[in-house]
Amino acid sequence: MHIVDGALSNPVVIGGAVVALGGIAMGLKRLPVERIPAAGVLSASFFIASLIHVPIGPSSVHLILNGMAGLVLGWAAFPALFVALLLQAVFFGFGGLTVLGVNTVLIAAPAVAVHFLCAPVIRKGPARRAAVWGGVAGAASLAMTGVLVAFALALTGDAFVPAAKLVLVAHAPVMVIEALLTGAAVMLTRQVKPELFMKEAWG
Amino acid sequence: MSILASLAPVRTMPQARFGAVDPRARVVLSVGFALVTVGLSELVALFAALAMATGLMIMAHLPVGSTLRRMAAMDLFIFALIAMLPFTTPGTPMFTIFGFEASREGLYHAVQIALTANAVALAMLALLGTMEAVTLGHALHALRCPERLVQLMMFTVRYIEVLGEEYARMRQAMRARGFRPRSNWHSYRSYGYLVGMMLVRAIERSERILGAMKCRGFTGRIPLLERFEMRRRDWQFVAGFAVALAVLVGIEVANVFV
Repeated sequence: MHIVDGALSNPVVIGGAVVALGGIAMGLKRLPVERIPAAGVLSASFFIASLIHVPIGPSSVHLILNGMAGLVLGWAAFPALFVALLLQAVFFGFGGLTVLGVNTVLIAAPAVAVHFLCAPVIRKGPARRAAVWGGVAGAASLAMTGVLVAFALALTGDAFVPAAKLVLVAHAPVMVIEALLTGAAVMLTRQVKPELFMKEAWG
Repeated sequence: MSILASLAPVRTMPQARFGAVDPRARVVLSVGFALVTVGLSELVALFAALAMATGLMIMAHLPVGSTLRRMAAMDLFIFALIAMLPFTTPGTPMFTIFGFEASREGLYHAVQIALTANAVALAMLALLGTMEAVTLGHALHALRCPERLVQLMMFTVRYIEVLGEEYARMRQAMRARGFRPRSNWHSYRSYGYLVGMMLVRAIERSERILGAMKCRGFTGRIPLLERFEMRRRDWQFVAGFAVALAVLVGIEVANVFV
């Protein structure tokens, strides 16, 4: 869900930009030069993943996977997802320019939150339990994104409150899909390449 | 439609008329245009902004059909968001649908948002979408964006295409095994494995990249060689653009105080 230019009130847009700047600075500070290739390649794979359409009933949804991004990247999710959003805005016209900060916060803040909540459990223990927590992370990050979008809309004006509620409802089915997918992805990566989650330096 | 096809516009259209204009100027001007347009509230001024963006689109030689289709995809999103505004904003009732009253103020607000979003997106596609992504990275670097962020962006741009091909290969392998996506547990698990495998391959690729870069003497800095120069024509373009923005502001101010 990209919010477009002109929809939100100025305080929300400016607040979002400030928080995004802080998050990006934090992520870059914790991103050693040696990890930039890895972060870039992961950022590119999340960009590709966001183009995957998954069937749900008669319709289909595209993936966001910010939970998975958070689990793998930690704070680096902020700059990585910002870059992906910037490229989407500039070359596809999705989202906008002045709302880039807000959109980054909506996607990346839940990713970082999920990293601190779920990544420690996912690193150790049996893969099956890690997969369950991966599912929790996928659902939680998307739920947080939905709440943040609704919050940004509601802060903008009372007239947006019904739209904000609609956004929350619309996020529910996507939440289930993302939970299942993230769980399966964690299951596989824990077995094939457990180091993916071991990057302490990302944290 | 394959993923790679949807990535196609990342490549430039070299015939863009202001392709020669300094990329830094284009970045600054598009931000300026976005800030001014978001600040406008009068419909006349917003229509003028949209007209200006359309002019930019034509000047940039963007393929009109596919650009407008792209805008329409975005407008579906906007529509879902703002269609409710007339009914939820209190004000002068205008018409009723199924017993819900639409207010003039709400409709006005909805039209404002639609015009702003379309104008900014169109101008952005015209000014920035027509440049090579790598050039955008250089321009951002020249405009004092943090070096590591620019490097991260360069890596992302470089590997989007590579990973897109990897994704296409894996999807083809799945199809070859008879996978047909449906709404069931098997499909979702397969997609999850697909995403997981993409990440595993990506991270292993990044290890090889880093190794290769170290072989070539990577010290943590990637020298960005491109140097930009503002020429007379660039300044003329900037001046013309600034005048146009001033006109937009002028229309807005004139209408507010009438």
